Amino acid sequence: MSSKVVSSLREAIQKVGLRDGMTISFHHHLRNGDYVLNLVMEEIAALGIRDLTVNASSLFDIHIPLCEHIRSQTVTRLQTNYMSSGIGAIISQGILKAPVQFRTHGGRARDIALGHTPIDVAFIAAPTSDPMGNLTGKTGKSACGSLGYAYPDAIYAKKVIVITDHLVPYPLQGWSIPEIYVDYVVTVDAIGNPNGIISGTTQLTRDPVALVMAGYAAQVIENSGLLRDGFSFQTGAGGASVAAAKYLKDIMLQKNIRGSFGLGGITGYMVDMLQAGCFQSLMDVQCFDLKAAESIRSDPRHQEISALQYAAPGCRSAAVDSLDVVILGATEIDTEFNVNVHTDSNGYIIGGSGGHSDAAACAKLCMIIAPMFRTRRPIILDHVTCISTPGRDVDVLVTQGGIAVNPKNEALRQRLADAGLPVVDIHELKEKTERITGVPKIPPKGSRPVAEVISRDGALLDSIFEVPAR
Amino acid sequence: MFRSMLFLPGNTPKMLINANYFGADAVIFDLEDAVSPAEKDAARILVANILRDLDFCRCTKIVRINAIDTDDWKLDLDRILPRQPDLIMLPKASQPQDVLLLDEYLLAAERHSGRSPGIIALIETALGIENAYLIASASERVRALFLGAEDLAATLRCKRTKSGQEIAYARQRLVNAARAAGIDVYDTPFTDVNDDAGLSEDTAYAKSLGFTGKAAISPRQLQIINRVFSPSPDEIQYAQEVMEAIALAKEQGRGVVALRGRMIDAPVAAQAQQVLDAANRQGIKTEVLV
Repeated sequence: MSSKVVSSLREAIQKVGLRDGMTISFHHHLRNGDYVLNLVMEEIAALGIRDLTVNASSLFDIHIPLCEHIRSQTVTRLQTNYMSSGIGAIISQGILKAPVQFRTHGGRARDIALGHTPIDVAFIAAPTSDPMGNLTGKTGKSACGSLGYAYPDAIYAKKVIVITDHLVPYPLQGWSIPEIYVDYVVTVDAIGNPNGIISGTTQLTRDPVALVMAGYAAQVIENSGLLRDGFSFQTGAGGASVAAAKYLKDIMLQKNIRGSFGLGGITGYMVDMLQAGCFQSLMDVQCFDLKAAESIRSDPRHQEISALQYAAPGCRSAAVDSLDVVILGATEIDTEFNVNVHTDSNGYIIGGSGGHSDAAACAKLCMIIAPMFRTRRPIILDHVTCISTPGRDVDVLVTQGGIAVNPKNEALRQRLADAGLPVVDIHELKEKTERITGVPKIPPKGSRPVAEVISRDGALLDSIFEVPAR
Repeated sequence: MFRSMLFLPGNTPKMLINANYFGADAVIFDLEDAVSPAEKDAARILVANILRDLDFCRCTKIVRINAIDTDDWKLDLDRILPRQPDLIMLPKASQPQDVLLLDEYLLAAERHSGRSPGIIALIETALGIENAYLIASASERVRALFLGAEDLAATLRCKRTKSGQEIAYARQRLVNAARAAGIDVYDTPFTDVNDDAGLSEDTAYAKSLGFTGKAAISPRQLQIINRVFSPSPDEIQYAQEVMEAIALAKEQGRGVVALRGRMIDAPVAAQAQQVLDAANRQGIKTEVLV
């Protein structure tokens, strides 16, 4: 039987003809347990290839060795949707000459599909693959569940190399990405550290402030007019967001509401909602915990979707286009409801949009949950440090001290006020917070941009500037 | 009258700055057991600043000072009183003289500033339980008794249990003493913050004994306590029917009032009025529930 398995990663890199100036890509389902990006970059550096563009759907602190490849000019351009704070702090110091391009999950998929950001070689970390490259994330010792973000890379890259630590006989049953897109398969001892790939369980937060906000969030949804049969919902893996899902489940069961689908990155709490009958289906682009990974493996109602189907603008349709409510976080929000999820208040990169802006732009109700202050810092400002999601796409801000509704959605404000919820003007909420925290000084901004925030439709939304080393 | 009172350690700034957002009817800023001796001074400053800076709206501000057999209680009051707390909780109140000593200090402060807070007597010794009525009626400034079961169990030399049989006598004696003195009475916290069912049962039991409300040691306990101590829609509806029946009988010149086959006498009418008063305090729109 024929096989695409080659003897080493180096051989695969040589066979696809990777050379100076090309673009390579990675997906992030192995999260902070991913070994693949570092393995590949070490091999490429050893081959002396330089001036590469790395297009990674997200970067975590396990990828900090990438910074050395940047310093040595092996990598000279970076495109990503999210960067965690450790690697973000280094990038924020301006080690790249060209600014990092931040996209949204949907925007990245779209730009790859349209050829705006062509990929020469995609490296797909596969928890299970057969010798021809039929692959899945649902099984294997490094199982991570959905491989949604890897689809556009696999489909549109000129060459695709699959790296797996679990090779099974052909044909793999129940593949996610089929062999038609794959050029070579490489086996390694381990593609990731299971402890960093997905957490055991997403625990319900015990933080009392988060629970207060979650209670308000569920009540906002209950009184939004959108919670009815056929309801669709997306929420993140943050403490308040998960707790809001739990409270929402209680309301849906109490009122016997049968929703349509849960979307996005999926936690065990969304699985609970599916199993309780709150949804008919989950559309999963990424599993956040073991319960979600087990569910997508065993429950046909829990479906894997690609980043394209999840959120890509310009597709004939994407799932976010049918979304009723999304709950999202913020590191900062301003009085125009612009949201920052890219930087902290000192300007250091600590995140990225991911699917934030995609879901916000499309959902009928976009809710931001954020505390009024974190340690000494107020969250509501006159102007956010960086615009990640524009205020026009945000409907409501939920804090422990009250609920601020964007004036563009007066009908929602009225509904929530009529329901007896503590609706306040966002300026009033800001003043209330500043009475405790004071008004923070705005930290000095460097003159050189280290990153560009590109909106989901391709326009430049904002820039992030160089900051001094911590 | 508070359904719930939330204890917050006086040395936890993250909790303190959110004190007014948790949904407690009253917050007890603790300068006593929750604060180690080395941190007393910092906690006083922190609590004083919180009292000054936070908008508490309808949330009542209580400060638990250190016991009067320590050197700290006057330092606590000197720092706290200018920030005008609503109530001072006096720990280990065991005899009327304890209350009178605090009362005297507060009176001096009142002469100076024109106003001073009331007292909640925390009864947590065997002697305090026996003297409960005398303590409750020692001063007009005493607004409520509060049962502290953990310390009490230590003085009784018994183990605290979830079922609370060891404090049954103390609970009933305190309720009786407080009601005899015409003041409120609050139940001890339920200390297992992860046992919602146990909390619900313990709270319902306290309510059935006549307690005004119950303390919480975690914000996560407040929802259950508030729910149990709020009048239910059925209770409100019945209370409204009672008042309507009384009004109708009066209109028709009848002396005897009956509802659902039961005679409505003065105690039933009084209880109905208490339910409606509680509903109004909690902002429940009674008219739409009819």
